[in-house]
Amino acid sequence: MAEMKKINVQWAINHAIAEEMRRDPSVFIIGEDVGGPGGPFGVTRGLQAEFGKERAVDTPISEGAIVGLCCGAAASGLRPVAEIMFMNFITLAVEEFYNQGSKMRWMFGGQVKQPFVVRAMTAGGFGAGPHHSSSLEGWFASMPGMKVVMPSNAYTAKGLMKSAIRDDNPVLYVEPLSSYTIKQEIPVDEYLIPIGQAQLVTEGSDVTIVSVGRMLLEAEKAVAKLKADGINAELLDLCTVNPLPMEDIYKSVKKTNRLVIIHEAKEIMGIGAEIAASVQEKLFDWLDAPVVRCAAPFTHIAFQPLLEKHYLPNADKLVAKVKGLMG
Amino acid sequence: MKISKDVKIDLYTRMVRQRIFEDETTANFASGEMPGFLHLSQGEDAVPAGVCSHLSNDDAIYTTHRGHGCIIAKGAEIKPMMAELFGRIDGCCKGRAGSMHFADVKTGCMGSNGIVGEGMRIALGTAFAQKYNKTKNITVVFFGEGATGTGAFHESFNMASTLKLPLVFVCNINLYAQMTPKSTHIAIEDVADRAVGYGAPGVTIDGNDVEKVYEEFARAARHARDGKGPYLLECKTYRHHGHFEGDPCNYRPEGELEEWKKKDPIVLYEKKLKKEGVLTDKEMQAIKDAARKEVVDAVAFARASAMPEVEELYKDILA
Repeated sequence: MAEMKKINVQWAINHAIAEEMRRDPSVFIIGEDVGGPGGPFGVTRGLQAEFGKERAVDTPISEGAIVGLCCGAAASGLRPVAEIMFMNFITLAVEEFYNQGSKMRWMFGGQVKQPFVVRAMTAGGFGAGPHHSSSLEGWFASMPGMKVVMPSNAYTAKGLMKSAIRDDNPVLYVEPLSSYTIKQEIPVDEYLIPIGQAQLVTEGSDVTIVSVGRMLLEAEKAVAKLKADGINAELLDLCTVNPLPMEDIYKSVKKTNRLVIIHEAKEIMGIGAEIAASVQEKLFDWLDAPVVRCAAPFTHIAFQPLLEKHYLPNADKLVAKVKGLMG
Repeated sequence: MKISKDVKIDLYTRMVRQRIFEDETTANFASGEMPGFLHLSQGEDAVPAGVCSHLSNDDAIYTTHRGHGCIIAKGAEIKPMMAELFGRIDGCCKGRAGSMHFADVKTGCMGSNGIVGEGMRIALGTAFAQKYNKTKNITVVFFGEGATGTGAFHESFNMASTLKLPLVFVCNINLYAQMTPKSTHIAIEDVADRAVGYGAPGVTIDGNDVEKVYEEFARAARHARDGKGPYLLECKTYRHHGHFEGDPCNYRPEGELEEWKKKDPIVLYEKKLKKEGVLTDKEMQAIKDAARKEVVDAVAFARASAMPEVEELYKDILA
């Protein structure tokens, strides 16, 4: 039995970065507050003390320049790990992802690699409002030349961060703020979770639920409620949204013949839409019900708690969606 | 600063090679053989020549959509560049980049850019790596005055200053941001004045005087190599062609181009070199002939190179 330790998501990310910085001198962290203060939520605390100011670099509030610097440093042989904080702030650096980092290798005929990681948080559920709570992973999932991972708990947070840092491509690493302090037993020994694979959380036979990022918590509650009602749901934690782990989803849907996707981002143009389209193209004859989504409506996320609660998907909404499929 | 005869000949050669490449490109584009958009830099040739003569392959440059001259002056091979413009598989970027997105990493040409100002943000990273790895190498980012209106200029200069990066900002004042005259989009006379806001030196020079560029860039490079942070060198010059090939240039005041052609950096330098006895007419002609042969050979190489297979569209997306 492997030795385990109980750790929260913040420290899981911190330990993953620290281990990779010890292993590879080309890895450094950069961003607003990451060095001295250790990040706005303390994820990078202690790293500047251990690795110095050269490898834990505080910057001005310049998101575009932070990600631009990552592109140039990665093309020049380093492995930057940048922090952007709330995912809404990444809108100020979409240019560097879309026109530069994701295209550079292809555009230059394979002359350079772009091994950098950018960390950003989704923060729904805190009343943080329209400028701090959005889930924009779908934008980056539609960009060739990059990867997007969305850990849901301490185990996936650590394993995916280590894979992201070792990957030779730009990786957007989306952290779940609402899960930062949730503890979980994870292995003490080194492990990596490959990018591009979903994690099977619960086996079931009646319906497949695919959850994205922090929605895993809601999905787990829904699975328990459904079980009490005699419905055995199979739960997949998607973990990667670019490239989508479609084979893992196909395998599960062939077993259960039903599929529901839950994500915090809007339903329209979301990850769930892409998954649903692919599943109906590939597995039309296997489906016993339409593929449905449990996701945010086509409006803006509110600061007002009652409105925000109405906006966000949750376990009860997911249970209702699943029950609607069980004829 | 005493400039040796060898350096003078080198500066002249670097300008001539750029100009002849651009003139040949003008002709090939007009004939319809080159796909895509083209932005040429005839008239601005002195700036890349004076700057790049101080750089080795381990120093890096980032340039713009109008970047051929910089890349030639930096030392990239001309044959793969021409093949790239023709969209052929032997192009320096396998025919995927074209004029606006050139890179030749082995000679330190880290990228042209189709987004105005964006080279500055990416250049931060190469300068950061040079400092991180404790080298004495530097990065130069070329841009036009139009790019000083972007957030990229402010963000990059501020960050280069706060992180003390070995990055030299070289601003070519060619008097137009695309088609908008400088007086419309910049409220001050000299862009170099902005450097003070970032705690860095800023110097304005005649960008058509190649020896002046050479001398002033020597100071900028020393500043950056000594770990003192960024430097802004503003070079006042002029774009002989329009924003893009095919631009009717109806926004230019009558006579402006003719006035600037009298100050053509190559013509000015030829007079000087002849007067100083550095080169004779015949020797200058020999340099031009050699450059022309090089470009003509490059066009033949490009025409002989195959078109890319459709599979190329799907290669190198991920490493």
